[in-house]
This record gives sequence, structure tokens and C-alpha cells, in this order.
Amino acid sequence: MIPNILSILTFLPLLGMVLVLLTPDRAKSTIRWGSVLFSLLPLALSIMLWAGYNTKQGGFQFVEKAVWFPQINSTYHLGVDGISLPLVVLTCFLTPLAMLMSFTVEKSVRAFFALFFLLETATLGVFVSLDLIVFFLFYELSLVPMYFLISVWGGANRKYASFKFMLYTIAASLGMLLSIQVVGLASKSFDLTYLLSAAGRPFTGNNQVNILFADGGVWKTVAFWAFAIAFALKVPIWPLHTWLPDAHTEAPTGGSMMLAGILLKLGGYGFLRLVIPLFPETAGQYAFVLAIFAMLSIVLGAFAAWGQNDFKKLVAYSSVNHMGWVALGIAVTASAFTPEVDAHATSKLHALAVFAGADPHAPVKDTLSPIIGAGGAMLQMITHGLSSAAMFAMVGIVYERAHTRDLTKLGGLWNIMPRYGAALIFCAMGSLGLPGLAGFVSEFLLIRSGWAVFTGLTALSLIGLLVTGIYILKSLQKVLHGPLGHEWAHHPLSDMNWTEVLAVAPLMIAMLILGIAPAIVMNLINLGVSKLFG
Amino acid sequence: MSKELLLTLTWLVPFPPIIAFMLIALFANKHRSLTTAIAVGGMVLTTLFSFIIFFNVAGSYKLGAAPLRSQFAWIPTGSTTFNVGVAVDPLSAAFLFMVPLAATLIFIYSTSYMGNDPRYTRFMGYLSLFAGSMMGLVVSDNLLSLFIFWELMGFCSYSLIGFFYNKPSAYRAAVKAFMTTRIGDMLLVMGMVYLYSQTGTLNFFDTMRNEEVLHHLAATPAVIPGMTAASLIGLLIFGGTVGKSAQFPLHVWLPDAMEGPTPVSAMIHAATMVSAGIFMALRFFPLYESAAHVGDTTAFTVIGWIGATTALLGALIAVGQYDIKRVLAYSTISQLGFMVAAIGIGGYIAAAFHLLTHAFFKALLFLGSGSVIHGVEHGHHHLHAHGHDNHGGHGHDDHGHGHDDHGHGHDDAHAQAAFDPQDMRNMGGLWSRMPVTFVTFTIGGLALMGAPFITAGFWSKDEILAHAYHGMTHGNPLATVVFWTLCIAAVLTAFYTARQIFMTFAGEPRTEAAAHATENPAAMTVPLIVLAFFALTVGYMNIPSDFEFAYIRFGAIAKGFGIDHWFGHFIEGMLPVPEVLPKFDPTPVAFSVGIFLFGGLLGLIFYGLKPLKAGETDPVENLGGIFTALNNRLYFDELYRKLFINPLQRFADSYSGNVDKGFIDVFLHAAYTVLSDIAEVFKWFDKKVVTGTSDLVGNVFRRVGHEGRELQTGQVQNYLLSALIAAVVMMVFFLVFQ
Repeated sequence: MIPNILSILTFLPLLGMVLVLLTPDRAKSTIRWGSVLFSLLPLALSIMLWAGYNTKQGGFQFVEKAVWFPQINSTYHLGVDGISLPLVVLTCFLTPLAMLMSFTVEKSVRAFFALFFLLETATLGVFVSLDLIVFFLFYELSLVPMYFLISVWGGANRKYASFKFMLYTIAASLGMLLSIQVVGLASKSFDLTYLLSAAGRPFTGNNQVNILFADGGVWKTVAFWAFAIAFALKVPIWPLHTWLPDAHTEAPTGGSMMLAGILLKLGGYGFLRLVIPLFPETAGQYAFVLAIFAMLSIVLGAFAAWGQNDFKKLVAYSSVNHMGWVALGIAVTASAFTPEVDAHATSKLHALAVFAGADPHAPVKDTLSPIIGAGGAMLQMITHGLSSAAMFAMVGIVYERAHTRDLTKLGGLWNIMPRYGAALIFCAMGSLGLPGLAGFVSEFLLIRSGWAVFTGLTALSLIGLLVTGIYILKSLQKVLHGPLGHEWAHHPLSDMNWTEVLAVAPLMIAMLILGIAPAIVMNLINLGVSKLFG
Repeated sequence: MSKELLLTLTWLVPFPPIIAFMLIALFANKHRSLTTAIAVGGMVLTTLFSFIIFFNVAGSYKLGAAPLRSQFAWIPTGSTTFNVGVAVDPLSAAFLFMVPLAATLIFIYSTSYMGNDPRYTRFMGYLSLFAGSMMGLVVSDNLLSLFIFWELMGFCSYSLIGFFYNKPSAYRAAVKAFMTTRIGDMLLVMGMVYLYSQTGTLNFFDTMRNEEVLHHLAATPAVIPGMTAASLIGLLIFGGTVGKSAQFPLHVWLPDAMEGPTPVSAMIHAATMVSAGIFMALRFFPLYESAAHVGDTTAFTVIGWIGATTALLGALIAVGQYDIKRVLAYSTISQLGFMVAAIGIGGYIAAAFHLLTHAFFKALLFLGSGSVIHGVEHGHHHLHAHGHDNHGGHGHDDHGHGHDDHGHGHDDAHAQAAFDPQDMRNMGGLWSRMPVTFVTFTIGGLALMGAPFITAGFWSKDEILAHAYHGMTHGNPLATVVFWTLCIAAVLTAFYTARQIFMTFAGEPRTEAAAHATENPAAMTVPLIVLAFFALTVGYMNIPSDFEFAYIRFGAIAKGFGIDHWFGHFIEGMLPVPEVLPKFDPTPVAFSVGIFLFGGLLGLIFYGLKPLKAGETDPVENLGGIFTALNNRLYFDELYRKLFINPLQRFADSYSGNVDKGFIDVFLHAAYTVLSDIAEVFKWFDKKVVTGTSDLVGNVFRRVGHEGRELQTGQVQNYLLSALIAAVVMMVFFLVFQ
């Protein structure tokens, strides 16, 4: 394996950015195709990582460590495990596809693609870093290109949307920065592997903070909430979600694909990577709060999507709905660490899971639900990354031709765009969670884990799943079915072109493969979550 | 044949049609005859595999005790895995005979019926996926993969019901079908995850055939107090059946499903969709039974009542319908109610038996009705082509294609809108014009009415009534309810079926179109003949050995052929405790015969002796208000719209405006205003007090305020830089403290 492969992978897109910037702005198609081709290099590297990851051994692999900021004990520490590696691959997979969907961008092509590469580096950096400071720098860096993608290349209301997005996330990030400081003060290190070891765990043993408050528990709770809110906003969990419909709707197609496909996952990843491992008891204590808001995200997100007549806004709200399930899985995992639930586990959950495990007679503690919950949440992030990116691409394709996303004005387009119709039905069904496509497996796992721990909330969440069906069918009906509108009969819309097919087909194939053989990524994910939460 | 080979074939069973779907969708979608070859070829291959399996296992009653099983790990879950696989047990074996047989006939029929449709290839592709999914469902050995195929079928039926998607009624029906069944599916999902978290597996054999697990579930109290887990899980899973098999109160989607082309109706009503619901309920029968064993009869009671209600409701509404397919649709609902009611009173064998016989005669009736519609439409086009010279050019172009699309989408919509080829009032006298259709349809109708001894429908319906009668006379109050309700429903069934046959075929044509109707080609009539054969004979595989009526010893004759009660003996291996077969009792048989004669005679008197003439009113309209209510399907759709759909829709439409924009964002904007006002103070402070020097923090807030107010963000770079610098300052601040 190539030495320092993670560093190379992370910073390779920056080379792409430099190359793009060196190309004259007039050479539009050179920039476009060159960017897509160049972005295949990180993809190839990420697949090499995937293939080279030793599943027998598990844990963090391809680790790199270098002195970086010794004064504060921060090191340049990279590594991937079963939680981060699938997201790394997803990032590298989506970037070229989002670039393909950006070929219609005509304004400052060079800057556009340069920002895309910057975005890729930033998100990859978040997933591979094992040091809180490095993590934070990449996390913040990811905002910059996205802000410009929205504010410069966005829709009519782009200023408001980008500003809201920026302010909201920056505000949350400041809280997170504070938490990182507190954790660093407590454990005298920002190194994640150390922080998760017995000696380095913050707020245990000698690792306390007693500035301002005598009771270190205050800082612990403050740090937990600051982290949790920052990531909850990113997921986003209701009621912190209102930036999302605006940002998604105004972003250019490629930007929306990256935003929904990757950037939202930073939130879920943050919970699984940092919040639960660093603050297990606190997370367990408040797991039910997260579960309640997760349920509200699922249900209200679905109803909100149903109520939209803007195709893109409908898809945007569907992210709130789908990511709510991720939050539910996270809550289930967190709940395993509550002292109360531990007591439960020996009584109620114990009785619930008598037959879980290989031997039906052996009494088994319900250690399965938290793992299934985390695994389901991870898989849901991957499948939502695929389906939401595909749906935004589909919205982009129709908007490109009809110059409207108003569902009341579209209709009957299947008559004139047969290829588009078939692809849209496929992608929409992936988003709906049709069994056989990827979304179903993760939703099944999440419902299963949710039911064992938060039975009532899970039952309520199923109302959201029901409404998911309504909004998906609504969008299909309003776009494809019914008689063809007069406007489109006179200005015939062309069917999907080959660039668009090239952008969407890989997503469709990935959805199908993961739906039929989810073990391809679940083996990896299961390894990661079992190690962390088992 | 060796067990391994049979298992390999079982694995292969669902694939040919599914691969056919992919091939058609990707490569053959512009080639009609290639599509025909792929679709029919795939289906025939699956039929071949299925029949080899069926005839290899059907000879032994021991299959129940030693089913063929094979599985592999599908998803890793912690240290365990979730396995999926295939299995052949008596229930799936019986379906391996019925489903591919009916589906193949429907495929062949479709090649002619849909042959001229512009989207023929798409139709055959969906049909293939539909059939393949059903086959996958049948051979699944666990609830999860059963559910996967179950949902795929839901998708196929959505696509096929909405096949004429330009027509609002079609896509509405499609959405209605998908969403109504999805309500049931949500309950099913709850039951599924409940069972999974209780037992750690969803395999049918590790749960439903495992005494210990059943015992555990029956002993565990459910999350709802007063119920056992067994009974609650059972009921939640049964919720899926209510949706899929169109039971009250989720029955409303099935009648609208006839918006799809007629072969789809045959597919949905016989071979696939609705059968799948009963099939699954049968799979979980041991759960209801184990709950009843410990005294929790909630599940049985609910199921019995739902079945009986549906049986009666469907039969009643069918009486008030004019559309030939709608009558059949409500009869399906009613007949499925018979099966569900049978499950509710513990009649596992009776329910499974009726499910099989019903599949044959209902497929026959739907294909027959399609043949009638096709014939009448043909007559209409014929007339149209010759009657109106100014439209002469269209007649033959239109002929045949898009025939279900009547009224919409055609060039000559205005001419067609007035004529409904599915309305039985527009028919009459077709017996002489379409003789094959007439004879086969009548056979199907007689089977539905339960014509004694000669039709399959009689034997299975009698078995249900016999089971209910036995329960009634042995102190089961639920069986009493079921028995009398089903008797009334059966009388109505005989009556509306007779009405349908007479209105369609008897007397003189009531319209010119009917007068010009012609018989259809062999690709359509041969499937009818084959199905008619089975509609007559398939009942003989389950005649009780001691069955005797009017001095004819049917049981002894069947014994002579070695097939007495074959189905019962074969299928009861599915049950942990074999069903106790009641001793033969002639009383329910007398009821069955009497019901047929009574209902049939009513039909004969009102419709047969004096067939309806053109312009005459239908005698059932004399019922006045009752007829109006029945004709309007007892106003279920209106009720649901008012009670559920409209309020939810209003909530959805107003949510983002009222809550997201109207509340959450208002709060955000207010917080922002406060912040920028603070920034103004800093700005003032900056200007007046710290003149000339730049206060970093104030600068941040000032810029935030400035940019936010104007919504001009040209200088966000600076802002970002300030924020980062501020962050660094804070970092240093903390480090100093450290």
C-alpha cells in the first residue's frame, strides 16, 4: 500500500484545485472534463483503501501521526475505521458525479470547480482526522466552499440562504470549539485515540476541568450539549433544520448533491465518532431527548415535504425526514450507556431479547440493539447520500429544461422524457425505501433497533414513513403523470443527455447493489460499530 | 430428484421473470416480439422449475415435517447475522403449482390483449417483475425477504394500475392502492421488528415451527397491557394482510385497481397481490393459535370479525355495481373475507384451500371479463369505423390499442366518452357472439356461486362453512357469527354472479357495440379454457374421505383415485399441532347447496327468465336508497377523505409556512435582530470610545449586523477571517488559563 495514503487522498483534490486555477477560464470544457477525470484519482485511492482495509483486524488503519502543534498537544493524526471509511468512499464517489451535474454552470467555471475540489479536501479531512483540532479545522473549512457555491451560483434567494447557512453553522461551530477546548483542558490532549483510552477519557479520574465551577460535571454537560447541538444542526434535527430547505433549494444542483450527500453526514458522523464515545453517560442520559426530536424530524419532515409545491424544496425536506432516522439510530446507541437502561437491560430488555443470539436458551443481554442502531444509522447515511444526491440531480435535470420547479406546472413529462421518467421512478423509489434498493435495509435496521428501546416513538415515526410514501408519489405524479402540459407540448423538453446519464446511473447502480447485497458495506460498518459500541 | 437439485431450482424460481424485466427495460424496450419472447420465456422457465419442485414433493405427506431449506448470511448484526433463504414446505409447494400456472396463462393472454398497445414492452416488463416478485415471496423462508418481494409487488401493482398514467383516474387509483396498502405495511413492519427483537430471527421455521419460541411469545406480555406478545405480533402482521388482501377497513383500493389493464386485474386478484396477504396470514397462523392456547383469543376474534364483515360488505356492494370488473373486484374482497374469517375460526386448511380454488376461478373471471370488454370494444370500433365516415381514418388505427384507456387520451375522445364498454348495461346477448368466453365465464361464475359438486368453488366454500358450523355447534360464539354472516354473503354471491352472467350474456344485445362484438383470438381464449378446466376440477383434491350427499359417496370415489383429502393431509404438516378434522356432517353441505339454489334462483327470476332489454331499468334499482348507497360503495371513500385525508393534507400544506417560517424562523430572525442591535452598540462604542482603534470582537458583531441587515454578504470572507481569529483568541485564552 502507498505510504501516507490518507494524506495523499485528502490533499490530492487541492492539487486538482491548483490545476483548475491554472487553466484559462475560457477553456470551459477542459476544466469540466479535466475536473471530473482528476476527481477519479481520489476515488481510485479510496477504493484502494476499502480493498486494503484489514477486516480481520478492524480498528483504525492507515494511521499517520506527525508532530503538528506540540504546545497544545495537538498532533496531525489520521486514520480510518469502519465508521469513517464508508463515508470517505461516499465522498470520493459523489464528487465526480456532482461535477458532471455541474456542466451546465456557465458563470466562472474555473472558480466553481476549484471550490468543488476544496470541498472534497475539507470533507475528506473531517472523516480521516483523529485529532480534535485538525477535525475542527477541516470541519470549518468545509463551510467556505459551500457558502460560495450557494451565494455565487445559487438561485434567486441565494443571499439569504447562504447567509443563514453560514451564520447558523458558524454559531454552532463556536460552541463546538468551546467543547473541544474543554475536552482538551480535561485530558490535556486532543488526540482521539488517547481520549477514548481508559487513561485519557475526559471527565473521568484526574481528567477534570474545574475552572469557574467547582463541579467538573457542569463543564461535562456544557461540552456535551455544545457538541450535540453543533452536530444536531448539521444532521439536521428538528427544530434546527430551517437552514436546510433554504440552502438546498438555492444551491446549484452539484452543490445540493454534495450538501445532502456529504455535508449532512458530518453531523451523524460527529455523533458516532465524538459525542457518544466522549460523553457516553451524558449521551445515554439524554438519549430519549434525542429520540423525541428524531421522531419529530421524521414525522414533521415528511409532512413538510408533502406540503411543498417546489420540487427541490420537497426533496430538501425529505432529507430532514430521512436524516431523522439516522438520529433515531444514534439515540438508540446512546441509550445503551444510561445507567437506567442498564438496569432495564437486566429486566425488561433482557426478557425482550431472550432469543437473540445463536443459542436460544442462553440468556442474552440486549447488546444487539445499540449495534444495530449505529450500524443502521451509518448505512442510512450512505444510502441517503446516494438517494438524495440522485434526487437532486433529477430535480436539476428537469429544472435545466423547464426553468421551473413548480410541481403544479410540470406534469405528463414521462410522455416526452421516457428515459428521465424511468430514472426518476427508480431514484424516487430508492428514496422511498423500496425493498430491493438500498434505503430499505437501513430503515429496517433502524426500526428494529428503535422498537426495542423506544417502542412508542418508533411507532410514531412510522407515521413519517407512511407520509414518505405520499410525498414521493406526489412528486412522481406531478412531474411524470397526467396529461402533458400545453407549455411542454409546444416547447418539447429533451430527454436526459449522456452526461446526465453518466452522473445518475452510478448512483442507481449503487442503490441497487446495496439493496441486494448490503453486506458489501455492512461488513465494514458492523466492524466499526461493534468495536465502538459493542 | 435429489434434495440439492430441488433446492437449487428453488433458488432459481424467482429469477427468470426478474431477469426478463431487466432485459426488457434495458435492451428490448423497442422490440415487441423480442419482448414477448423474453417475458413469456422467463415465465415458462419459472413454471417449469416450479412444477418440477411441486411434483417431486407433492407425493409425500412428510414434507411438512422435513421441508427443504437453504439460507445464507445477508446482513451482519453485531456478532450475529441476519440470514435469508428459500424453503419449500407444503404451503409454498401448493403455491408453486398455482401461481406460475395462472401467471403463465395471464402472460399468454396479455400478448394478445395488450399486443397493440404503444407501451406493450413496458407492460410486459412490469408484469414479469410482478410475477417474479410473487415467486420470490412464495419461496422465501423468512418474513424479511417475504416483505421485500411483498413491497416489490406493491410497486408493480402501483405501476400497472397507473399504467395509463395520462388518465387522472388511473394515477389516482395507483396512488390510492400504494398508500392504502402502505398503511397495512406499516403495521406489518411493526409486527416484524417486534418479532425480530423478541426472537432474534424472522425465519418461519425458527419461529412459527418452534414450540419453544411460540411458547415464549405466548407467555410474554405485550407492550399493550392485557395482550400476549404472540397475539399482538400476530395482529400487527395481520395488518399487512388487511392492506394487501383488501380487508375492511382498508378494502377501498382494490375496486379502483381495475383502472389497470384487465390482465393486471387478473394478476392482482388471483395469482399475486391479494393472495400474498392470505398466504402470509397463513404463515403466522401458529402465532394466533399459540396465543389462543393460553387464553388470549384477541387475535382470532379480530381476524374473524374483520373477515366476516368484509365478506358481507363486499357481497353487498357487488350487488349494486354495473361495471363488469367492479362486480368482480367486490366479489374478490368478499371471497378474501371468507378466507380471513376461516383463519379467524381456526380453519387453516379451509382457508388455504379456498385461496387456491379462488385463484383459478377469479383469474378465469377477470380474463373472461377482459375478453368481453375487448369484444364489445371491438364491436364499438367496428361500428365507429363504418358508422362515421368523417372519422373513418381512425377506426382501424385505434382498433385494439389503448382499449382500457377509454374516454381519455384518444384522438376521438369525445366519441368514446359516451360509451363505456365495461358497463354491463351496454352488453347483453353475447352468448352467441362470444361462445367460448360465454361458456368459460359461466363456469367461473358457477364456481364463484359454489355450484354443488361440479365446481371447485363449491368444495372449498363448503369446507369453510363446515368448519364454521362445527365451531358453532361446539360452543364457539365467533364461529356462530362467522357461519351466519358467510351464509348471507354466499347467497348474495350467488345472486350477483347470476345477475352478472345474465346481464352480460343473456337475451338480446342492448347496444350496437354488443351486437357487433366478436370472439377473440386463441391467445386469449385458450387460457380461458385451461383456467375453466381447473376451476372445475381443482376442488377434487380435497374431498373428505367420508363425504356423502344424496346417497352419492363422493369421498369413496375420491379414495378410489387416491386423492381423498389429499390437500388437507399435505398442508396440515404446516401446523405444529395437526388440525382435528371434524367428522363429516351433512347439515353444512345442505346449507351450501341451498345457498347456491336460493341465490341462483333469485338471479334467474330477476335476470334470467326475462333478460334486461335496452332502456329497461335494472330490477335492483327498485331498492331505492339502498341501491344508491350500494352503488356509491357505502360512501367509504368520501368518509375517509373527510376524516383522514383532508385534515392531514391541510396540515401538510400549512406546516412549513406556519411552523418553519412562521415560528422557528421568526424566533431566529428575532435573535438575529437582537444580535445586530448589540453590534450597533459596539459600533457606536467603536466609533465614539475606541476612536481610531479597531476592536476585534466589535468588528465581528458590527459586520454581522451590517451584512445581515442588508442581506449583503460580499464581505463574508472578512467576517470568516474575523471569526477564525476570534476562535484563535479564545483558544489562546484557554491555554493561558491552563
